[in-house]
Amino acid sequence: MLLEPTLLAPGDEAGVIDAVRNAAAEGAPLLVEGRGTKSGMLRPVQAARTLSTRNLTGITLYAPHELIVSARAGTTVPDLEAVLAEKGQWLLSEPPDLSGLLGEGVASIGGIVATNLSGPRRVAWGATRDHVMGLRFVNGAGELIRAGGRVLKNVTGLDMCKLLSGSHGTLGIITEVTLKVLPAAELTGSLMLSGLDAVRGVAALSAALGSPFGVSGAAWLPAEAAERVLPGQGAVALIRIEDFAPSVAYRLGRLQTDLTAYGSGQILDDAASRAAWRAIRDAVPLRAEAGDAVWRLSVRPSAGPAAVAAIEDAGARCFLDWGGGLVWVAGSPGLHDAVCAAAGRGTWTVLRAPEPLRAACHVIPPEVAALAAITRRVKAAMDPRGVLNPGRLYAGM
Amino acid sequence: MIAQPAPKPDVMARRDEIIAGLAKLVSPTGLISEALRLKPYETDGLPAYRQTPLAVVLPETTEEVAAIMRFCSANGIRIIPRGAGTSLSGGALPMEDSVVVGMMRMNRIMDIDYGDRCATVQAGVTNIGITNAVSGEGFFYAPDPSSQLACMIGGNIGMNSGGAHCLKYGVTANNLLGLRIVTIDGDIVDLGGAHLDAAGYDWLGIITGSEGMLAMVTEVTVRILRAPEGARAMLVAFDANETAGAAVDAIIGSGIIPVALEYMDKPAIHACEAFAHAGYPLDAEALLIIEVEGSVAEQDRLLASIAGLCEPFKPISLRVSQSAEESIAIWKGRKGAFGAVGRISPDYLCMDGTIPTGQLPFVLRRINEMSAEYGLGVANIFHAGDGNLHPLIMFDANLPGDFEKAEKFGGDVLKLCVEVGGCLTGEHGVGVEKRDLMPVQFTPIELDQQRAIKSAFDPAWLLNPGKVFPLAA
Repeated sequence: MLLEPTLLAPGDEAGVIDAVRNAAAEGAPLLVEGRGTKSGMLRPVQAARTLSTRNLTGITLYAPHELIVSARAGTTVPDLEAVLAEKGQWLLSEPPDLSGLLGEGVASIGGIVATNLSGPRRVAWGATRDHVMGLRFVNGAGELIRAGGRVLKNVTGLDMCKLLSGSHGTLGIITEVTLKVLPAAELTGSLMLSGLDAVRGVAALSAALGSPFGVSGAAWLPAEAAERVLPGQGAVALIRIEDFAPSVAYRLGRLQTDLTAYGSGQILDDAASRAAWRAIRDAVPLRAEAGDAVWRLSVRPSAGPAAVAAIEDAGARCFLDWGGGLVWVAGSPGLHDAVCAAAGRGTWTVLRAPEPLRAACHVIPPEVAALAAITRRVKAAMDPRGVLNPGRLYAGM
Repeated sequence: MIAQPAPKPDVMARRDEIIAGLAKLVSPTGLISEALRLKPYETDGLPAYRQTPLAVVLPETTEEVAAIMRFCSANGIRIIPRGAGTSLSGGALPMEDSVVVGMMRMNRIMDIDYGDRCATVQAGVTNIGITNAVSGEGFFYAPDPSSQLACMIGGNIGMNSGGAHCLKYGVTANNLLGLRIVTIDGDIVDLGGAHLDAAGYDWLGIITGSEGMLAMVTEVTVRILRAPEGARAMLVAFDANETAGAAVDAIIGSGIIPVALEYMDKPAIHACEAFAHAGYPLDAEALLIIEVEGSVAEQDRLLASIAGLCEPFKPISLRVSQSAEESIAIWKGRKGAFGAVGRISPDYLCMDGTIPTGQLPFVLRRINEMSAEYGLGVANIFHAGDGNLHPLIMFDANLPGDFEKAEKFGGDVLKLCVEVGGCLTGEHGVGVEKRDLMPVQFTPIELDQQRAIKSAFDPAWLLNPGKVFPLAA
């Protein structure tokens, strides 16, 4: 049984420091979260207190000409995106809104960094962690640590930004993030190739991503998934260009010509393209019933079709993003072992599952012994009393 | 001169025994212990610092590296990882009691997969070697440090190397998918692979840029990218740093991200022109090299837009390259900048701070004031898009006190970078050079936190000790 935790939501960094120091002094674990939208991910945390950064809000620095923005961790992603949009800029990694899978709620930018979740643009422009230029965080001893800075190129000391990104609140509580941003593309457009199976679909995506045209999105949806986003097409491979208007037209035209072996294809205009990719970003094509588990597999793109076959054989549903390298999967929790096996030499994450499964199984692949030993020592170096999200990633740590 | 930790007396006393032990772990030609043959390994790209190591080993396989790590770990021997020895911050400087592990024999390309857009290579493959291996198919490996002809991918990972095209393509850390590492205990571990996001802690991220202090990297899987249809450069010259800086702001503010945006001040322009005869205008105070990519029509449109954006700042000359050859000529001066300064000064120190780009005019003014105060010339080269500044401080090592003066000048420049919101090093690494400046940027608690991470990987501090962190008091 999970305890009903007390919510601590300090309004400033000093409050976070106090809360962590108290927790460390008492040896009382904290469930660490931003706005709590992804608390159903990975393993459940047993803690009497929840420490949320939801009340640390606001943009603290925005220098559009320097391509840098800093925001307190609890700032919502839509709020941050709105500020950037006023200056014609956007977040490079296109963070997803997973409320359709994980329940209502608006994600915070701190939570996105702490979980290192990225959208379709990741295949071309890198993950959320690639654009974290600086962080402020409170470690498990209640010490404030600044990592990185507010410039685009920085190799001074160990890259603690990378270590904290994707650490799910287990190494430190992120209080402020500084991100690299870029000008938003003037226009979006997509080439849609219909009726391709997974093997042909991924081959088309690979050809597009291996072209000189700067493809910034490459997804394949089986018929059932496509029906939820682009009805009446059967299975589709979708290839996105984001650029100045003349370049979008030119590049989509070249791709259409170069990919004729995969069919004549249709061009989706700016509005249709934005809607489709927003849906793909948020995993809308994936039908997940109540009680289903959801997994994300990361595989080499050419291994995507085999993963699809294994997953469908097992009786689960899926679609592919990142040129075939990201497999979104939904199905019965009982398929856990079969789904993880489908990742082959890649990796997997349990995005959502009933609590008994999350508590009882590995939610990410276990590490080899030599690495697990380093993991335990790094955890101890950052959180000596083990109070930050214990058990979130690995049982007993 | 910077202090180094004292050699371990027990290691020095067992020198012959250690060399005999190492001899069993590598091929007969893979061990160097004679004084004369150790000479090339006593320094790197920061030749002001020199120290002969105890021995050098040149492993040929990951398994040999693992055996070396186990042996050194069991015997408490310090290890200095070394690629091509091009570090500008003394990252490969040996210690008297250390064994240098040189990776140059591990220079094989293991696998290239164009469909999955990745290549797996051994750590001793040169940076340009990766691009050369894939360029026939129209692909390239993006990070392009100036030393790319010589520097090795293993060293690039150590320093998280950048280059002139980072604004669009990112630095080393953004272009890696997998690593094969050997831990200090001699365990071989694969991190990541050919897939994009690994679950668990970001070991790839923390090891990249760790300056060889956490593990030995023996194999690397990098992203390879399809090259754009074409690229072309333009040159724009201004009569003041302020107007050049404002033009950079206007370009970025317009939504155009050039693939490269390089900045040279007057002394750099003169040095490079004398060297490369690229046609740089000698009356300019500041020169921008701006490169865009795409089809010829796309290049034309972007270059015309940029020219229009520069117009209000009254450039004193503006030249758009009309051909690939002309672009190469424009780049030749910039790429040869270090050699060019080497021709006009007996010695120079290449600094590497990063600043918020808006601070550029102020920082250049202060650097010029310091140059007058120290009586040492300085030429500034700047990756203007990402704020990475490379002042080249000129001095004469044969003049007593000149090197110390140049070092102090460099230290003042880096402190200035931190004061205006930047950092000590953008792409060269801390090494020994900037080690003692770390407290300028970090609090004692922050440094202790980083040291604790180092200890988690290497509890006895055998891997590249004496680098990055100020020596414990």
